[in-house]
Order: sequence, then C-alpha cells, then structure tokens
Amino acid sequence: MSNKQKLVVIGNGMVGQYFLAGLVNQSIRDAFEIITFCEEPRPAYDRVHLSAFFSGKTAEELSMVSADFFEQHAITLHLNDKAAHIDRENKTVTSAKGIHVQYDKLILATGSYPFVPPVPGHDRRNCLVYRTIEDLEAMAAAAKTSKVGVVVGGGLLGLEAAKALVDLGLETHVVEFAPRLMAVQLDEAGGAMLRRKIEDLGVIVHTGKNTSIITDGEQCVHKMCFADGEELETDVVLFSAGIRPRDDIARGCDLAVGPRGGIVIDNSCKTSDPDIYAIGECALWNGMIFGLVAPGYAMARTVIADLAGNVASFTGADMSTKLKLMGVDVASIGDAHAKTPGAMVYTYQNGASEVYKRLVVSQDKKYLLGAVLVGDASGYGTLLQYYLNSIELPENPDALILPARSDESVGLGADALPMAAQICSCYDVTKGAICQAIEAGCTTFGGLKAETKAATGCGGCAALLKSVMNSELSKQGFVVNTDICEHFAYTRQDLYNLIMVEHIKTFDELLEKHGKGRGCEICKPAVGSILASQWNAYILSNEHLGLQDTNDTFLANMQKDGTYSVVPRIAGGEISPDMLIAIGQVGKKYKLYTKITGGQRVDLFGARVDQLPLIWKELIDAGFESGHAYGKSLRTVKSCVGSTWCRYGVDDSVGLAIELENRYKGLRSPHKIKFAVSGCTRECAEAQSKDVGIIATESGWNLYVCGNGGMKPRHADLFATGLDKETLIKTIDRFLSFYVRTADRLQRTSVWMENMEGGLDYLKSVVINDKLGLCEQLDQQMQNVIDTYQCEWKTTIADEAKLKRFRHFINSDQPDDQVVFVEERGQLRPADEEERKHFKLVEMV
Amino acid sequence: MTQWQKVCSVDDLQPNSGICVLIADQQVAIFYMPKEGAIYAINNYDPFGKANVLSRGLCGDINGQPVVASPLYKQHFNLQSGVCLEDETVSVRVYPIRIDNGSVQVSLVELVS
Ligand code: SRM
Ligand SMILES: Cc1cc2nc3c(=O)[nH]c(=O)nc-3n(C[C@H](O)[C@H](O)[C@H](O)COP(=O)(O)OP(=O)(O)OC[C@H]3O[C@@H](n4cnc5c(N)ncnc54)[C@H](O)[C@@H]3O)c2cc1C
Ligand code: SF4
Ligand code: FES
Repeated sequence: MSNKQKLVVIGNGMVGQYFLAGLVNQSIRDAFEIITFCEEPRPAYDRVHLSAFFSGKTAEELSMVSADFFEQHAITLHLNDKAAHIDRENKTVTSAKGIHVQYDKLILATGSYPFVPPVPGHDRRNCLVYRTIEDLEAMAAAAKTSKVGVVVGGGLLGLEAAKALVDLGLETHVVEFAPRLMAVQLDEAGGAMLRRKIEDLGVIVHTGKNTSIITDGEQCVHKMCFADGEELETDVVLFSAGIRPRDDIARGCDLAVGPRGGIVIDNSCKTSDPDIYAIGECALWNGMIFGLVAPGYAMARTVIADLAGNVASFTGADMSTKLKLMGVDVASIGDAHAKTPGAMVYTYQNGASEVYKRLVVSQDKKYLLGAVLVGDASGYGTLLQYYLNSIELPENPDALILPARSDESVGLGADALPMAAQICSCYDVTKGAICQAIEAGCTTFGGLKAETKAATGCGGCAALLKSVMNSELSKQGFVVNTDICEHFAYTRQDLYNLIMVEHIKTFDELLEKHGKGRGCEICKPAVGSILASQWNAYILSNEHLGLQDTNDTFLANMQKDGTYSVVPRIAGGEISPDMLIAIGQVGKKYKLYTKITGGQRVDLFGARVDQLPLIWKELIDAGFESGHAYGKSLRTVKSCVGSTWCRYGVDDSVGLAIELENRYKGLRSPHKIKFAVSGCTRECAEAQSKDVGIIATESGWNLYVCGNGGMKPRHADLFATGLDKETLIKTIDRFLSFYVRTADRLQRTSVWMENMEGGLDYLKSVVINDKLGLCEQLDQQMQNVIDTYQCEWKTTIADEAKLKRFRHFINSDQPDDQVVFVEERGQLRPADEEERKHFKLVEMV
Repeated sequence: MTQWQKVCSVDDLQPNSGICVLIADQQVAIFYMPKEGAIYAINNYDPFGKANVLSRGLCGDINGQPVVASPLYKQHFNLQSGVCLEDETVSVRVYPIRIDNGSVQVSLVELVS
C-alpha cells in the first residue's frame, strides 16, 4: 500500500479538469493518489464553445483533455459513473455503478444544471435543455422533424441557443419573462437595442411573457399558453431559464448549502467540512454563484495552493462579459445598472447604426463603475481596464464612448496599465507576467501565448496582449521586428525593391545574396509572389514550384479531405448556356460537387489530385481558363446586368467587368484582389465592398478603392469620379502596381491604405498626381504582367513532365483510400469520421 | 539489419518539395533538398487535418530544424524526428531513407516494426 493521500474529484467538467491539469504540474502532486468521477460519457470538454458543435466542431475537437492525460498522470478516471453518495464519517465516496473509494481530500466540481420551470407540459417530447453534447445531439435530432423552435429565456445562454435554432433552420422565437433581453447585464435601452438587432436577424422576441402550460398544438407539436392569454405554437421547446448548482450530493451528506442552493465555501474554497472543497458553478461564495468559467478557474487555483500549504484565497471575481451573440457585439461591465449611490451616467445612442453605449461613473467623475455596450463593443478592453484597475478617467469620460474623431485617440494605451492589471482573465495572466516573459526573451506573439497561456482560452484578450507586447518591446529598445521571417531581415517591400533593382529572378539567388537558412512557408510564397508580380514567369517551373503555397502547386484549392476544388474563370459572371452545359458535363462525368460561388462563378469540388489534369483538359478544350481561385491574385470582377438589359442601367457594367477581369487576370499580388462594376448607383454588384469598385454615372465611371468583405468588412473610399474608360484603366493599373510593390504579405488593400502615412490622400497624390514620379514605372510594370499572361493550366497540361506530379503516389496509380464520399442532396461530399469507418472503398470514376 | 527497398528514382523527386509513395500499404511523404543533399521520409497523414496531405506541404527550416508545414492548418513537423513544433505531444512517423545510385530507398524493417 502506498502512503499517499487519496484525493477524489467529483465531476470532470471544465473546472474539475482545470484543477487536475493544474495539480499535475505541481510538486505536491506526488503526495496524492488521484481519482476522479465523471458522470458524462466523455471527459471534460469546452462547454463555453459548445455551440461550435453546430458549426461542425466534433466532440473530440471540443475536448479539453488529451487522449492519454489520465494514463500519463496516473489518475484513475471513472468515466460514465456518477458519484452517488459521500460518507463523511468514514470518508468514502460510493458511485452509481457501485465503486467505493476512500478519500483524504475531496473536491466537488459538479457544476450546475439547467433550470426547467415546472410548468405543466415541460416534460413533453422535444422539450430540451442546452448544457451537454448529448443535449445538442438531441436538439439536432429534434430539428430534423421540426419547423418552429422556441427558446424559453432571453439571457446570455438563451440567445446563444436561439442562434443554434436559427442555424438548424427553424423559425425561432425567444420567450422572456422579464421586460427585456439579457436583463441581468443590460439596462432598458441596451436591451431594446439588442432586441432590434436580434429581430433584424429573423428571431421573433416576446418579452414580459409568463408560460402557464404547454399542451398539444394544432399546426405544430406543442402549443405554449401564456398568462396574458396569448399562445404560440412550436415543435421544439428549449429551456434556458437559468442554472442551478448541482448540490444534491452535498445535501445528501449534510454539507452546508445556501437557501437557494449552492455548496457554501469560504475564501479557501472549503465547504463546511474542512476536508471537502467545492469549486466551479456548484459553489456558493459570499452568497454568490458564478456562472462563468474564469471564477471557477480562480477557485481551482486557490484549492491547489491550499493543498500545497500556501496561503491563498478566492476573493470573488469580475463578472464583466463580452460576447458576440448572433453576430451582435454585447458587453457589460461592473455596475451596469448604476446602482451605486451617486453614480452618474453617460449614454450614447445611434439609432441609425444601432449602437448603444452607456458609462456609469463615480460621483466625482474620476472612476468607471460600469458600462453597457451593444452593437459596438470595440471599447470593451479599454473600459474594463479602467474599471478593474481604478485608473483615473480622462477629463471628459464621454470621449470613451463617442465615435472616434479621426484626429483624437481615446484608447487606453497598454503603457497606462499597472503591472497588476489582469490581461487574460481565463488564465489569470497579468501585465507583469507578460512583461517578465518578454524580458526572459519571449518576443513573439506565438511565443508569449505558449509561455504565459494568455489568449489561449476564449481569445478575448488577444488584441490587448498584442498591444502590451508591442509597447513593451519598443520600451525595451527592441525595434518591433518587421522582418518577414527568420530567413530574411527585410520587409516584403524591401524584398520587392531588392528583386526589382538587382534583377533577381529566383528564390535561391535572393536567399544567397540577402538571406540565410532554407526559407519557410512565410518567405517562400511571399518571394514567389513578388517574382511573379515582377517577372511573371510560369509558377510551376522547377525553380519556382517549391515556393508556391500548396494550392498554387496544384493550381487548385485543397479541401479538408485533401481533395481539390476547380474554379474556371467566368469573367464578369457572364456565361453562355453552352459553356454552362460544358461545365455541367465535366462536373457530371467526374462526379464533382457543384456550387455557385459568392463570386459569380461555379466551383466544382471533390477532385482527386490525379483527376485535376483530366478535368482541366476538358475545361480548356471547352474554352475555359484557370480562375486563379487558388492564388493570391485577381479573383473575380463581379458585375450587375447593367445598361444592356436593366431599365436603370447607365453604362455597360458587364462589358467593363469582362474587360477588367481579362486585363488583370493572373496578376500575383500580396493578397487576393476583388473587383466589381455596377451599372448605376443602385449598386447591385456591391462594388463598394471591393478592393476596386466601379459605378457608372451619367458623367462617367466613379472609382472606389480599398473595400472588402471578409473578417473585417470595410466600405471602399471614393477615389476618383467621372472618369472615361481610358483614364479609369490607367488609374487602376497604377493603383494595383503600387499596391503590389508596397503592401505587406497577406495585406488586403484596405489595411495597406490604412497603415500608409497620409492614407487615402497620399495614395491619391501618388496614383493620380504622380507625386513620386513613379507612374511611368507603375504603368510599365502592369503592362509587362498583361503582356506575359498565360493560363497556367494550359501550360501545365501541355507539359508531360509537369503532369507526373499530379498523382497521389509517385510509384502507384492507386488513389488515396482516405478519400471517401457520401451522397447528400443528390451530390457527393466528404464522409465524416464516423461515416468513414463504415466505408473504406473509394468510388472510382 | 536495415532492409532497403527501392520506392522510386531520384528523377521522380521534386526538388525542394514533396512527393508521396505507397509502400507496404503505408503512405510515405518524401522531401528532397538537392542543395543540402538532404532527403527525408515521414508518414503522409496529417494528424490535425486528418487527411493524407503532408507531402503537399511547403518545406523549409525553422531555427535550423528542417520542417514541412501542413497544407491544411499549417502546423510544422520536424522532418528528422516527426515531432510537431506547435504541439510536442503530437508526432508523425519518420522512416529511414537514402539515395543509392540514383534509386530512392526506404527501410522496410522500420516499417514493419
Ligand atoms: C468558393 C467561395 C464560397 C462560395 O461558395 O461562395 C469562397 C471560398 C473560400 N474562401 Fe472566400 N470564397 C468565396 C467568396 C468570398 C467572398 C465574396 C466575394 O468575393 O464577393 C468574400 C468576402 C469579400 C472579400 O474578400 O472582401 C470572401 C472572403 C474570404 C476571406 C476573408 C478575406 C478578408 O480579407 O477578410 C478568406 C480568408 C483569406 O483569404 O485569408 C476566404 C477564403 C476562402 C477559401 C480560400 C478558404 C480556404 O483556404 O479553403 C475558400 C476556398 C474555396 C475553394 O476551395 O474553392 N474568403 N470569400 C467564394 C469564391 C468566390 C469565387 O468565385 O472566387
Ligand atoms: C452553451 C454554454 C455557453 C457558455 N458560455 C460561456 C462563456 O461564454 N463564458 C463563460 O465564462 N462561461 C460560459 N458558460 C458557462 C461555463 O460553461 C461554466 O461556467 C463551466 O462549464 C463551469 O464549469 P464546472 O466544472 O463548474 O461545471 P461543468 O462544466 O458543468 O462540469 C461539471 C461536471 O460534473 C459532472 N457531475 C455533476 N455531478 C456529478 C457527480 N455526482 N458525479 C460525477 N460527475 C458529476 C457533470 O456531469 C459535469 O460533467 C457557458 C455554458 C454553456 C452551457
Ligand atoms: S446596379 Fe443599376 S444597372 Fe445594375 S442591375 Fe442594379 S439597377 Fe440595374
Ligand atoms: S481572456 Fe480568455 S483567453 Fe484571455
């Protein structure tokens, strides 16, 4: 028998697991034999990101535990077994499956359960809750046979659940008892703004509604009847009416619990029995239950310290929250309801852009007490730091919530934060800890994340971490490193200039003269792109092939299962029926999944690498060219139908779009480039969301630049007006050439322009007024690209030697047996892991 | 004793890039850097992306270690040890490989063991 103490942990949820993971790294770990009971069929997973299950994350991906964690750390895990009873006198725990263990120290981490109001009918079929992976599976199953879904509860979780119902394709309602949404976090005006935004998304919100019974429906499975006499029919009911601590096991052994539930703990997280601790959502501290992970993690750290004999205490936690609910930014800090005596309130409301902000400050206007942000939560990080660290507010606190005027900056610089400021609340990382890591030589973002764990939880602190890092680095005399990577001590722009001025034609030549090592996946594609922009040689020639991003090396986009998609160019989105049929025939012959893209063309998915040349041969014979969907290059020039057909059209938008697409196709650039041309100001082609957008007017073409959709949408800026076609094209030539020369790698035109000193005006002065005297060069540069265009696919299929690479195995004609498809809605798609187990054969064409 | 088996010829290799061979039912990715005279063999299966794609990743070096970056989610694998740079608990299998008289050979003994 070992003389180790027995430590038993009941519950392997987020907090229980955080406790175990923290403990095994401590030297006191060796003093214990560790046993844990996990009621769920799988060890801890990321409940915070549970909803990601609906966007395709698998249970494995959500797992917080590596496969061999328990084995590696010699922890006995009783999976799928609920601890049923604690005998405090004999210090034993008995499980539902009859396992009986002794303990010296016991940790309760049993979490909470969703509260289901006891209305009659609450236990009918498809009346569900939202807490575990099994709950989500039940929801997905219920949704298959349902049309309408109702979420009972309009709080944080309820709205998250509503989003899930929308994504499952149901007509979605939210029924809230309180007069507004997120009543705990938001004030009335904030709740109203949130409601408007959520209704814009098609969710029907009912507030002030008290459900009295759920019975049989007429059109749907259920009918919900409300106290005010109204009714609502639905097929699925999802209860999200709050959580209740799981304290049953504590009650069973007479531990102290709160009047409304929760296992009472003191500052060291001990329950009324000093050998038993409680942490996470089951614990009641100072009359409070904390329904967030960060406080639970803080409790777990307290217990670890206490076990090690260190003084540690849990002193409460900040409940400020920031989330993106159904694409709406919402944040709440501290005393959002201005309950502090003497509190003063500032509000900013912008009905047009649906933004609401409220600041609660102390009577003397010096300190922030609380805040509410709806529609724009970009100020959250700054405000939270003012609040948490009692930093004195600027003279006019309202500047913090008013829209920024271009000449003033109100952000709280990282410098202003004290060393004790908590930067990452998930892992309790302070500014001090980050500075220490930097001093110890950790000078990259990735390195800091790995070293301190900051920004590796919810990710909400990433921006702040970055600004702390940059400001510390420059304070310590580091020039913030702008080198492209470890192989070249230059920026992309430097490299461009070197290549241009020294007439460098290959990567090896550049590496020999100006770099070191062998290169990597950062510098190789960047240099490959520069060489292509400048000299425009065939990208698969032997000296360039190894530089290309994977997609470029096979001139197609790799999909998740290792197959590829094929996108032929359809300039301007115009296509004749015959060409459309030709694509259809190829798709049919090779059994490709076919989809219309957001760029007005057709994407064919599921081609194996060995099929690519065959497919392209047929497409080229039918008159198609590569669409460069794989390249950092011109993608599409979208068009509207324009004056040819449209009764409002002012000019021929399709004609211009085709001309522009053909002009710039094949141009390799720092990032992808998208264009659009609209035939009138109704703007059906969405030109103002593109890198280059053109709109026809009575007096000529208006040119917009530097817009994009994507992760951070930005409207394009008006660059020049009333242009004739020749001037328009010249202006675009120069604009693009200058972008290609001077932007950073993977920098869209918007970010490039925003980072440029002088911004749009400077850009105009270079491109329109030729301030730098560069225009002639820029013209030439573009002319060279246009003159040397080749369809890369055409060149490739004409070259036997190149085709050799288009095989999965160089020594066998067998295809990859991991590639397995199943049919859905009449087309093929990659099999998921579960399905893969059942099929091993590839269907051959 | 190491038992070498020929899988292809040097001409089949793609300089500074990868190819894949099938040997004893295993997919082996081979990377060839003629300038350094280096050749590496690792399993083709990407444990993160869960697809047979590593041979199509970009290769190079990081802190002096030869690496390939997965084409799917860009994790780096050390070509000599197979260890993932981003998560050292994950690695892919490496195989002994050599070039003998223009023929590329992989050791089978290692494969079976
Ligand atoms: C196929 C398509 C979706 C669709 O079915 O409609 C698509 C698919 C992909 N998009 Fe997209 N995007 C597609 C239109 C768009 C659009 C809409 C548009 O172009 O009008 C946008 C927003 C507009 C914009 O870019 O400004 C868009 C914004 C993105 C972004 C975010 C870019 C950004 O600056 O934030 C990425 C990620 C990136 O490029 O780094 C991306 C990346 C991707 C990648 C390449 C992701 C990847 O690496 O696998 C997808 C590969 C497609 C493939 O395998 O063929 N896709 N993507 C669309 C192809 C259009 C085309 O014909 O070429
Ligand atoms: C959809 C959703 C979204 C969320 N979003 C956020 C967010 O954005 N931010 C945030 O901070 N928090 C969020 N939360 C809350 C967060 O998930 C919880 O705060 C956290 O999971 C609490 O951890 P815990 O370990 O205390 O409880 P849990 O993670 O619930 O773990 C308790 C575990 O103990 C098990 N258990 C209970 N009794 C026994 C027993 N007798 N024997 C054995 N096992 C037992 C349970 O089955 C469970 O597996 C969200 C929660 C949900 C459901
Ligand atoms: S943008 Fe103008 S021309 Fe083009 S389709 Fe719309 S209304 Fe017609
Ligand atoms: S605050 Fe969540 S990761 Fe830092």
